[in-house]
Amino acid sequence: MGGGTSSYQEIEETDLILLWGSNARDTHPIFFHHVLKGVKRGARLFVIDPRRTSSAQWADGWLGLEVGSDIALSNAMAREILDAGLENRSFIDHATSGFDEYCRSVDPYTLERGERETGVPAESIRKLAHEYARAQRAELCWTLGITEHHNAVDNVLALINLALLTGHVGKYGSGLNPLRGQNNVQGGGDMGAIPDRLPGFQHVENDSLRNRFEEAWGAKIPPRRGLHLSGMFDAMEEGKLSALYILGENPAVSEADQGRAQRLLEGLECLVVQDLLMTDTAAMADVVLPAAAGWCESEGTVTSSERKVQRVRRALSPPPGVRDDLEIIYELSRRLGKDWGTPDPKRIWDELRSLSPMHRGMPYERLEALDGIRWPCYDESHPGELFLHSRLWQEPLLGPQAPFSPVEFEPPVDKLDDQFPLRLTTGRRLDSYNTGAQTSSYSSPLRRGESLDLSPEDGELYGVREGERVRVISRRGSVIAPIRFDTGLRPGLAFMTLHFPDEVQTNQLTIDAVDPKSGTAEFKASAIRIVKLAASRPG
Amino acid sequence: MEKKKPVTQDSFPFIASAPSPTVPVPPGPIPAPPPAAPRNEVALTIDGKTARVPEGSTLLEACKTQGIDTPTLCYLENLNPVNVCRVCVVELEGARTLVPACSRRVENGMVVRTDNERVRLSRRMVLEFLASSVDVSTAPELQSYLERYGGQPERYGPAAPAAGEPEAGPAGVHAAPDGLTAATVAQPVKIDNDLYVRDYGKCILCYKCVQACGEEAQNTFAIAVAGRGFDSRISTEFSVPLPDSACVYCGNCIGVCPTGALMFKSEYDMREAGNWKESEQQRTDTICPYCGVGCTLTLHVQDNQIVKATSPLDQEVTRGHLCIKGRFGWQFIRGKDKKKSS
Repeated sequence: MGGGTSSYQEIEETDLILLWGSNARDTHPIFFHHVLKGVKRGARLFVIDPRRTSSAQWADGWLGLEVGSDIALSNAMAREILDAGLENRSFIDHATSGFDEYCRSVDPYTLERGERETGVPAESIRKLAHEYARAQRAELCWTLGITEHHNAVDNVLALINLALLTGHVGKYGSGLNPLRGQNNVQGGGDMGAIPDRLPGFQHVENDSLRNRFEEAWGAKIPPRRGLHLSGMFDAMEEGKLSALYILGENPAVSEADQGRAQRLLEGLECLVVQDLLMTDTAAMADVVLPAAAGWCESEGTVTSSERKVQRVRRALSPPPGVRDDLEIIYELSRRLGKDWGTPDPKRIWDELRSLSPMHRGMPYERLEALDGIRWPCYDESHPGELFLHSRLWQEPLLGPQAPFSPVEFEPPVDKLDDQFPLRLTTGRRLDSYNTGAQTSSYSSPLRRGESLDLSPEDGELYGVREGERVRVISRRGSVIAPIRFDTGLRPGLAFMTLHFPDEVQTNQLTIDAVDPKSGTAEFKASAIRIVKLAASRPG
Repeated sequence: MEKKKPVTQDSFPFIASAPSPTVPVPPGPIPAPPPAAPRNEVALTIDGKTARVPEGSTLLEACKTQGIDTPTLCYLENLNPVNVCRVCVVELEGARTLVPACSRRVENGMVVRTDNERVRLSRRMVLEFLASSVDVSTAPELQSYLERYGGQPERYGPAAPAAGEPEAGPAGVHAAPDGLTAATVAQPVKIDNDLYVRDYGKCILCYKCVQACGEEAQNTFAIAVAGRGFDSRISTEFSVPLPDSACVYCGNCIGVCPTGALMFKSEYDMREAGNWKESEQQRTDTICPYCGVGCTLTLHVQDNQIVKATSPLDQEVTRGHLCIKGRFGWQFIRGKDKKKSS
């Protein structure tokens, strides 16, 4: 099962909060309210981010590492914890496996090497390692700064290793929490919208698990995992995938190396897009299925970063000609020869409960009465789990030991050199969201459009002034964007968002170096250079 | 670009290489928070009846257990009490002055009266002073209290001519009152952005917006109380327009405002046009469509259009607070024709 192990209430009551590759102040503002309650209660806050963000401004310590050097940092922390004898030996012996190999793997990562690879002073690494290991309770939270890399899964494993080393998992106030970027990213995975799982994280390649679904559905399920999104684009390039049915995604704009993504989408024999807005991807489609807004025009559930399943409800009738996602899928099925009857979200949820043990105890009535329930919830007397992995602290241990996963530091794929000397990283701003499809419709006084954010020092070095439009060039493409200075950036580091594709198509620059294990592209690390535009053109 | 490896089903080795990948882990014991320290019970007398409540409760909470509806203006469940409005005062035997129920903690043996003439008079005077100096036309709660306590704010005379912007004149300089008209805080409405309207002629200085903007929720500290005495007012730093201030437009100040002094511009415009029909609005709770935190949004819907988004005060994720996207990001769905907005 994959999900944040802790609840938000534990963030308020823990002793140390580590935000790693997360600017939650801007991207998860209400989660950050819980962080601030914790800080006011006395928790120490550390922020690890190449940028000195608005979250970092609240921190007791900010570690401004080089983009993509997270594993060098975490391995150096681990080595220091071991060196100082601060590991939780009884937890390691009891609940984990692979410790010796892990020790050997982090041994070369001295504080000095950590400083060299990450740019973070050795003393800061040492201090964080000691504080994290010594804290009675500690919460480690991360976002896309960890996962939008070519080695995303390795990055996550490195953080899990730290929690296993110190025993900061499976206890009240100690855990590992990926903060989800969309209101149902967690729920999508829970429901099996990942290549290798059926609902409830049941593996599709496990015959007995799959057979239960086949029996319930009266249909055969392909016994092998499918493709990740990035794998699908590769398959399009190979000519192995020629038809695509997209629900609520705008890959023509949101994919890294946008030029390639658009070319491959254009080359499809058949593209069907089901969306509530006429996005750039929908505009390319052979068939567009106008869908209702899942969060306010239909009934159902979503699952949050604390694994809480909550009801979404229909507050509005969709416009004429627009149908609920379920209705569309039912109608497709009917035309393909199988009539499922009338769509009923509650009946589908009950079917899910009958097949997914971790959802079994959450009928709609209980979800309403308890205002949401955290999975797993195995039966109707189960309150749902406040935090995961309590089994790791049971005597004797319940289930298998949790494995350490040694990982090695590999720098970002897009190398810096004389031609491309600046490191471009991407992220989100408080008032906007992803490609702006939804947020561009309201008038935010905070919004100032796309810019290439640079440190003032780089402004001086390249002789550019604030507001000046420059050409930004990567190994894949180029865009024109105005310069903005941000003192939260250090020399050599540049920042852009993906929010304003009508102004600047940032993903023309980004690299689609993909993590083979998760299919995530390295949006966070491109190499660029800037070129001044001809002087005759007004700035 | 370098040539990619061909994609096969084995290109995704992560799960397969993890230990025991396909077999579910057995359920562990149900995790629970550490047990809370036990709270002793405190006995006190409220309006002649004995009430037993946990230690640390406020008189307001104790009154609630007795079915007593205490008026409050500056108090809110999700904020710490600041004791400024004095409308919740009760009589405590042995205390020289009336005490604010919202913040006074219970003690064993207290004898409290909530509805005698002294309490009623005090509450009535507070409400009359407020209603004679402030435009309470969009404060239904305050109006209902006025009615309950027989307040007659008009007895202070008709409103004196508006003094204009409070920041305009020198601080602390006032003309002598004429004894015939009621001084007011009337002043021009502040409309300096597309999301908020600030109509401080309707402000009763309950401080809730300052708390919500500050350390009780948002921790942005864009506003505070400026001035002294009758010149007190809520202000940005140096009274700059909101877009020049630290404001991040979370709307949490508007969410806690009890008088409509702070209002979403969309609601303000509809009210001005005579189109705001609160009695016809349906409220539906759903989950915000943006990030994965899972904030409950209460959508206020009129004529099949969302007209406002709030969040329940007792919701454990939000405690009634939202961010700019949750407050305002629904406009793409406003029932308008759905066109490309990339």
